[in-house]
Amino acid sequence: MTQLIWNGLFVGSFYALVALGYSMVYGIIRLLNFAHGDLYMLGAFTGFGVLSVAGGLVTGLGFVALLIVLVISMLVTGTAGLLLERIAYRPLRSAPRLSVLITAVGASFALEYGMRLVAGPNPEVYPVRLAGDSINLLGARITIQQASLILIAVLLMAGLQWLVMGTGTGRAMRAISQDPTAALYMGINVDAIIARTFFIGSALAGAAGVMAGGYYGKIDFLMGFIIGLKAFTAAVIGGIGNIKGAMLGGLALGLLESLGTAWIGGQWRDVFAFGFLIVFLTLRPTGILGERVTERV
Amino acid sequence: MTTNFATSPARVRALFERIQQNRYLGLIGLAVALLAPFVTATNYALSVMTSALLFVMLAVGLNIVVGYCGLLDLGYAAFFAIGAYVSGILATRYGWPLLATVPVVIVAAVVAGIVIGGPTLRLRSDYLAIVTLGFGEIIRITANNLTITGGPSGIYGIPGITLLSLDLSSPVGLYYTCVVVVALAVLGAARLGRSRLGRAWRFIREDEDAAEAMGINTYRVKLAAYIGGAIWGGLAGILFGAQLSAISPPSFTFLWSALILMAVVLGGMGSTPGVVLGAIVISVLPELLRQAADYRYFIFGILLIIVMIFRRQGLWPARAAERQSRRDMRKAKEHDLPKAKEVVP
Repeated sequence: MTQLIWNGLFVGSFYALVALGYSMVYGIIRLLNFAHGDLYMLGAFTGFGVLSVAGGLVTGLGFVALLIVLVISMLVTGTAGLLLERIAYRPLRSAPRLSVLITAVGASFALEYGMRLVAGPNPEVYPVRLAGDSINLLGARITIQQASLILIAVLLMAGLQWLVMGTGTGRAMRAISQDPTAALYMGINVDAIIARTFFIGSALAGAAGVMAGGYYGKIDFLMGFIIGLKAFTAAVIGGIGNIKGAMLGGLALGLLESLGTAWIGGQWRDVFAFGFLIVFLTLRPTGILGERVTERV
Repeated sequence: MTTNFATSPARVRALFERIQQNRYLGLIGLAVALLAPFVTATNYALSVMTSALLFVMLAVGLNIVVGYCGLLDLGYAAFFAIGAYVSGILATRYGWPLLATVPVVIVAAVVAGIVIGGPTLRLRSDYLAIVTLGFGEIIRITANNLTITGGPSGIYGIPGITLLSLDLSSPVGLYYTCVVVVALAVLGAARLGRSRLGRAWRFIREDEDAAEAMGINTYRVKLAAYIGGAIWGGLAGILFGAQLSAISPPSFTFLWSALILMAVVLGGMGSTPGVVLGAIVISVLPELLRQAADYRYFIFGILLIIVMIFRRQGLWPARAAERQSRRDMRKAKEHDLPKAKEVVP
């Protein structure tokens, strides 16, 4: 039981990292960025690329190497998110919602099959594998690596929390999410802040991608599809547009999945998660922490 | 006719518009479809053409949801799968003839449409997109895990269609069956789009709040669009099973849903001739460009973005105004009034 909870929290912290970017982008410009899961995939592949190039240099270093790779991948995916926003989403900011959603689907498609062109259709195996000693804690087996990955995730989330609540950029983000026009009148550079939001959200997804690659060991070009859906589920559970909600939702979804899988069997895991999304949207569409969003006319 | 295409874009546009206005467009399309096997009738050509027809049917069905009503459905392949599996299971395990499964498939599609559309259509419309995406996965994984659906290997030995004592399971017979069914489906969807309900759909697409203020029950009308799309998809699924005689979960991935959406968007959301043309292009093009297979989906993705940014109405846009009926035109002539100008978007 403790093991199940631990596994759930572990997977949940990945979900939370991806869900954060989803939720931030949604909160600020009301866009469901379907390509977000694919930025996670891009992060995993960037990490893979860096590790393959640097090859023998870093395999000895193990964990520290992964940390450096993590930072590089975050920069790359962050830039990719920035470009995505500039090229695909910004020209459509005043367009009907349907057009933007379709653009996002197109962006997701282009990223997936673009990566397939670059890296080939077969799964790749991560050169650094995080499997190591485990310690016992309250009857659960925890590896040191799991613990450190969770620690990284927590640090990233804490950093984000500080950024959003404690800095000028964060205040500008919150202002735009409340009312973009008024924010513009108050002298906020709306375009720049939205671009920054995309950068941060994408970088977090990229970090999750590298961590997942290092932990599970296998990556492929469609790996972002399911996690994107799960991250959305997590964001909805927590209350979309809400940063604490996204973290909470990620952990909650991880736990639910872990317990649900033990109960009904592993092959039903995704069905369980998406079924839960539908049930949750029916019963409490605003999420655990979300407030009622009023539709503006 | 010797129109100088290079120097007179305005004339080309006028010509194009005349083609667009043509009342006999549908009949011409039908004639082409009926005569195509006389040009080439190899098994390969027939199978490509049959697939293209199925794709047209799917695209027209999705057009009801996306084009008319402006709701993004990213799990359309799920209804296709439901149709194929329900009819396949009834036909192989219980020995029903395929035609007898049609009512059951329709009921199953409607129920699935209500289960998914019911809770989500009350919410913001962009939630629907992602819930349908999840729904598509749920159906595929469920089909993969259950024993009644044959698990990963799927269902095989689905019989062909027989009408009374007429066997239509040969490639040519199936092709002509598809021509008839798809022609009716296209016609039905187009008529639906011009009906009172269709006007309500387009009103909601343009401005949901205004539509609601005008007394349209937006929830029920949106649900009707969603269910309509589900029925079209389910019926196409039956034909799909009859064509391939075997179905398995990998046939119903997100890729399918995305390609159908691509056909609708590329052709022109809400425009029947555009969507039909888009579906034919999307389904036949890969056959012609075999060597570029790797680039195909990448290019599709880029194309979606480009179409949305530069030509949102698609290649063959829908008219904003409704076509005048013949009676109205006669009346206008009698009264010697100038013909009402159509609003071009």
